[in-house]
This record gives sequence, C-alpha cells and structure tokens, in this order.
Amino acid sequence: MIQIDINKNLHGVDKNMNLDINLTINQGDFIALSGVSGSGKTTLLRILAGLEDAKGTIKVHNNIWLDSNKKLPVQKREIGFVFQDYALFENMSVEQNLLFVNKNQKLADELLELTQLTQLKNRLPNRLSGGQKQRVSLCRAMMSQPKLLLLDEPLSALDLSMRNKLQKEILALHKKFDITTIMVSHDPSEIYKLASRVIVLQNGKITDDGLPKDILLKTNGSAKFSFEGELLDIKKVDVIYIAIISIAQQIVEVVISQDEVQNLQIGQNVRVGTKAFTPTLTI
Amino acid sequence: MIDILSNIDFAPFILSFKLAALTSFILFLISLPLAWYLSQTSSKIKPFLEAITALPIVLPPSVLGFYILVVLGSNSPIGGFFEQLFDIKLVFSFTGLVVASCFYSLPFMVQPLQSGFESINKNMLEASYIAGKSKFETILKVALPNIKPSLLTAIVVTFAHTIGEFGVVLMVGGSIPDETKVASVAIYEMVEIMDYSMAHIYSGIMVAISFFVLLAVYIFNAKQNKKFGKFI
Repeated sequence: MIQIDINKNLHGVDKNMNLDINLTINQGDFIALSGVSGSGKTTLLRILAGLEDAKGTIKVHNNIWLDSNKKLPVQKREIGFVFQDYALFENMSVEQNLLFVNKNQKLADELLELTQLTQLKNRLPNRLSGGQKQRVSLCRAMMSQPKLLLLDEPLSALDLSMRNKLQKEILALHKKFDITTIMVSHDPSEIYKLASRVIVLQNGKITDDGLPKDILLKTNGSAKFSFEGELLDIKKVDVIYIAIISIAQQIVEVVISQDEVQNLQIGQNVRVGTKAFTPTLTI
Repeated sequence: MIDILSNIDFAPFILSFKLAALTSFILFLISLPLAWYLSQTSSKIKPFLEAITALPIVLPPSVLGFYILVVLGSNSPIGGFFEQLFDIKLVFSFTGLVVASCFYSLPFMVQPLQSGFESINKNMLEASYIAGKSKFETILKVALPNIKPSLLTAIVVTFAHTIGEFGVVLMVGGSIPDETKVASVAIYEMVEIMDYSMAHIYSGIMVAISFFVLLAVYIFNAKQNKKFGKFI
C-alpha cells in the first residue's frame, strides 16, 4: 500500500499553485493520472520518484520515503520511471541501457524477448524509431524490478497503432511483475483499457477519483452515445442550420434547430449525443 | 638549407608542449567538478563564478602576469611560503609557468565542458539516478561519454591556447633556456635580433602543428556527429 500526503507550492507560468495531494493506493493498482496540462500530474510523479522536494509524507509498503525529517534519496527508492522523451542513455546500446540498471542478463533477455527487441539489442538509441525507443525505455524501467512503476505520458508521441501495441505490452508487464503502476495519460481509450482507477487533478487538487467507466463515460439520461468536441462553425442552409464540430481528429456535421443556434457560440465546447436517430447538441 | 635545419634548437618546442600537456592535465582535473557544478546549479553565486572563470579571456595577459608576479613572487606571503618550505620558486621557473598557464587557460577548459554538460538531456541523468547510480557514477558513465566532442574540444583548445601563450609566460617566466623559454618567446627573441630565417622556420612549424591539431578535432567531431546523430 502506498500512502501519499504531500504539499508543494508550484510557481506556474501565470499563477502560483498549491499541489495538495492526499491519496492511498493499493498494491497492484493501475492508476491513470489525468487532468489538463499544468495541473500538477508530472510534478506529483517526480515527487514520488524523489526527483523533486515536497512537504509531507510518502509511505510505501511501510517504508518511509518522505516525512518531516527524512527524504529517501532517489537512488534508494527502487522505482521504474518512463520519461515522455524516453531519456535513453545515448552512448549505450539497447542491451547496455538495460544492463546499466542491473546486471541481470536473464531478466534483460526476457524483457527484450517480451517486447520483440532482441534483434535490436546491439543498436544505439539514435538508430531506433520512437516506438522502439519507448519500448527500450519501458524495459529499462523494469530492470530494477520495481514495486512502483511511474509512466509520464509514455505513449503521447506515438501514432495510434503503435500506441495500441504498447498499451498491451505495458499491461502485460504490469500483470506479469505484479507492480503498482501510475501513468499520466490524456487519452480516454488508453485509460479505459489500462487503468483500474482514474484520478483527475485540477489546479493541484484531486477533483475526481474512481473507476474509469464512471469517470470517463459522460453519457447521461437516455443518451445512447455522447462525444465531446469543439464547435467550429454554424452554417445556415435553406431553413436548417448545420453545426460543424471537431471531435478528436474528426470533423462532423450536425443538423440543429434555430432555437439551439441561439444558445451556441463558435469556439464553445459541446457534447454531441443521440437518443434515437437525431443527434442532439448540449453544452 | 640543411645547415639551417640541423641548427634548429627544438628545446623551446619541447618546453611548450611539456607546459601545454601539464597545464591541460591539471586543468582537466580542476575544471571537471567546477564545470559540472556550474552546469547543474541554479545558485545565486553561479554568475559570479562564471564571471571570475571568464576573466582571463578579457584581461590583457600583462594584467594577469602582473598579479601573478605580485601574489606568487618571492616577496609575497604565498611565494615566500613555497620557497622557504618546499624550495619551489613560483616565478621565473617552469613551475611558475604551469601555475600561470592554469589561470590563463582556465576558461578554455571550463566553458566547453560546462556547455557540454548543459546540453545533456536532464532526464537522462535523472534516469541514471533512478537506476540507483550515484552522481559520480552518473558523471563517469553517462555524462562524460555523451559529451565526447566537448571533452576533446576542451582539452585541445586548452592545449593549443597554452602553446599560443606569450604575454603571461614572458612576464612570469622571462626567457630562461630549457626552463621558461617556450616557442612563442623564442620567436619573439629571434625577431628582436632580426634572425628572420629562424623566425620563419619556428613560426612555420607553429602554424603547421596548430592547423593539424585543429583539423584532427574537427574531423573527430564530424565523425561523432555521424555516429550519435542529432543528439550531440
């Protein structure tokens, strides 16, 4: 069990913010940390890793990592950390990157096999693609056989198919080695597939905490489906109005009535849902 | 011609190289921790340290030479202390030249190392700490191997700059044959006594050596860039 009760003043770009987190995480949980950028997700991860200072206490499996008179150095925390930009050791081959953490050749071979990197083990990082680098980074994080794996938006720089593939690998590693994982992610489908619990941060505070399906599924009432998007334009065509909305990477058109038009402003975030056949737009 | 060539006294060159090699070695050991500290700290004293380190670039060598004479001369407390206790003369001696060169060439060692360390992705160093490695091991196995071009630049430029020294060595060392009469001083003396043919030969040798040393550095750096891609 991991108990976190920390406090830190952050100096943001436009305002100062107080990161105030009180959280208990069970062994084996897969936590997704979500929230807009600047809400304190990465800082929380870095405090857990010991890369940044904070006030308060962190207790992991009854070992004290942080309290008022002690801060366990980052070297002694035995965690795995995957950086958004991979941060591989550029001077070492794939295999050397793994063995630098821990001289366990058997574990290195096993991890490389599991992530299909065996053939690339002698390459230098700058000869790898983004997805391959991220796999190496993941394997390297696993080399210390961590109890706690911290992932800072590990897949955000990758394309969709690579992301799907790596999501499976992350989940496989999480289960195989029975670790507790905390992952920063913005991608609802990723969170849904991987996480057993979602924590949403806003301005340094936890605003939502629960099961992925409770927090991510936004349909309400009798709506059959519901998407969030940005209203880009409203066009008048004869007697009807057409709203053009950007949802994820797609642009859709929805027919709306004149009454609806009056309540809408271009640039607003709207929710597109449907009950029977005609999609409805609500703010 | 053969007569002239066989008459060349190589002692000043050997002295120059000895001085440059020793200075580079000592400065490398001193500058490594200093450059690492400067690259990692955000302390308020950083600008002061940086300004002091860069001073020798700006100051006329005569100013530096003058202060070294004042501080390290036999009549000064420091100079007197070394002379009485260890029988080491810190001015008008080879030891004095080494000390003076270390001051004079300090920025040429510290600055490339510092900018090399600063160019390293901080996450890469943090990844090493997370892997349980100490700062020392991280510097040795992660930081230094990733700044090879900076390392080479720092060492070679320091070496070359020390060979090219003139003002400071003249003031602090004078021109004692086999002791402080380095190549640059020897050329100056030849010009003064209007021995232009010898001055030509000496100067030509200096130009050739300097050019090939710099060429080697640039070739090495180009190869490293190819090997490690955009990272360095």
